Amino acid sequence: MYVAVKGGEKAIDNAHKWLDEKRRGDLDVAELEVSQIREQLALGVNRVMAEGSLYDPDLAALAIKQSRGDLIEAIFLIRAYRTTLARFGNTLPIRTETMSCIRRISATFKDAPGGQILGPTFDYTHRLLDFKLAAEGETKHLAPANHELAGHLPHITSYLNKEDIIQTEPNTNEPPQDLTRQPLELPAGRDLRLQALTRGDEGFILGMAYSTQRGYGRNHPFVGELRVGDVVVEMEIPELGFSIEIGEIEVTECETVNQFTGSKTQAPQFTRGYGLVFGHSERKSIAMALLDRALRWQELGEDNVGVPAQDEEFVLYHSDNIQATGFLEHIKLPHYVDFQSELELIRKLRRDVQSNAHEVSEQ
Amino acid sequence: MNEYNFAYLDEQTKRMIRRAILKGLAVPGYQVPFASREMPMPYGWGTGGVQVSAATLTPDDTFKVIDQGADDTTNAISIRKFFEKTAGVQVTEKTSDATVIQTRHRIPETELSEDQILVYQVPIPEPLRFLEPSEVETRKMHALEEYGLMHVKLYEDISRHGAIATSYAYPVKVEGRYVMDPSPIPKFDNPKMEMAAIQLFGAGREQRIYALPPFTKVVSLDFDDYPFEASKADHSCEICGASHTYLDEVIVDDDGNRIFVCSDTDYCATHASKPQEAAE
Repeated sequence: MYVAVKGGEKAIDNAHKWLDEKRRGDLDVAELEVSQIREQLALGVNRVMAEGSLYDPDLAALAIKQSRGDLIEAIFLIRAYRTTLARFGNTLPIRTETMSCIRRISATFKDAPGGQILGPTFDYTHRLLDFKLAAEGETKHLAPANHELAGHLPHITSYLNKEDIIQTEPNTNEPPQDLTRQPLELPAGRDLRLQALTRGDEGFILGMAYSTQRGYGRNHPFVGELRVGDVVVEMEIPELGFSIEIGEIEVTECETVNQFTGSKTQAPQFTRGYGLVFGHSERKSIAMALLDRALRWQELGEDNVGVPAQDEEFVLYHSDNIQATGFLEHIKLPHYVDFQSELELIRKLRRDVQSNAHEVSEQ
Repeated sequence: MNEYNFAYLDEQTKRMIRRAILKGLAVPGYQVPFASREMPMPYGWGTGGVQVSAATLTPDDTFKVIDQGADDTTNAISIRKFFEKTAGVQVTEKTSDATVIQTRHRIPETELSEDQILVYQVPIPEPLRFLEPSEVETRKMHALEEYGLMHVKLYEDISRHGAIATSYAYPVKVEGRYVMDPSPIPKFDNPKMEMAAIQLFGAGREQRIYALPPFTKVVSLDFDDYPFEASKADHSCEICGASHTYLDEVIVDDDGNRIFVCSDTDYCATHASKPQEAAE
């Protein structure tokens, strides 16, 4: 007998309850506090802020808790919340040269004014599991590190600017387009591309950037500079007529120095790629800079060699993990109406072929 | 739920969506780009339809949601609950009582009237997408009314299979101008698209809205010698006996025996009580 598929509503409610239970896990284990996530899983929080396009460590930490640690799900929660926020103005462009750096390195110069600041990095750690961390916790071993912050470090590329051996970015003074308020239309300007890259999926951006290093659109990047730290956010208040500081955010900025262009009449110059990401996120900002550079082929008079990293439409349409995961996972939804029509079609086509074959064999 | 504006979206966003809808109605079948917002359900799960519904609903509306023709499929329930919560509108399962109907993959069997709006959820709005992956190219093709590629595809189907091998999301031509994707409805539903109600199509992830005003001419693409045919399973509904509705095939036991039932649950329930009428 056919049993109607009623009761979907009850099933959903129960699924949600079960999910809550699963999220909490074993009740004998202490519950995570949002502040613990914010402080101790900060790089995850940073990724959620960057790809969620909303700078709020507390909300990002809450989203991670609510999503059971599924960062894409957490990013989704933040995006859905962000949608509901009214936009009441724009800030002035942040000035990264005024950053209080916790880290600032250059791979192009051994030393530069301000020096190399290693900061809190995994780079030279040996990736050995620290079983002590599991056994004893951490507090006992903490020896205070030297936390001196360096402010107002000039950008390394500004030294190349002085010699005119790197291409300068024209200041258009045009207000940038906004990916979250206008439909993406192609060809997109660099402003839109950079927005898409900074909120794009870290894995996707990394993979695309990696592909340029392996020969799919190689552009010979050097990390001119990578800096991490806090910058001041300012906003012009119309009623006041001047700008005031409304807060500070942590960002990671990467400028790459890339292969040069030039011709018989035009002296060769280095070119740049640019990455800027919320929070401490080195992998993402370097990858972003490489990919930004690859996408600039037209502007810099290079050939389109037909690689994915040069294809703006390919990159921009597939970098957003919320779009991607939604569309990918929607195939879990019922499709039985469409499948039914496919069933009928394939049966009909098979019937036709079989009767044809029958006729042939009778002849 | 006072933390959110009526129907979730803020008024500026709704105005932006309404503009796109009006433009869509003015140019039937043309895909209007709009600044789709992130919604609290995933892309691919009806965010386009939800945004169109949010911009369309008023507090006096009665809202119905179907998925695969049914009101009680999980995602239909989820979307209906969303608007119950954020807009506080009346909801119904009865097609004739609804003023706004959001649908995925079906057009209701009950004929719609001029005071109703049908909102489709659209996954891929571009009918040419699987022939040409680039959006830049397909927009050009629409602008130049260059639809030869589509006809070649249909022709190749016939030469390979002896029939047009598209059974759902079957492309249509609107008012003799734009080739349009009707969303993944079975081709059985295509002829119903010339209807009294307004039809709005929302594709959230792809940031497109398009529309059909009432009684717009909608022609399913075909050839003179291979005319379009709205097909369905050659059975009657096991529950209500209807012979002219789209049917789902349901496997009922371990031996793989199957029965056929209406995919439109409201239609089926209404006519199960009056079987003569349905069998007409």
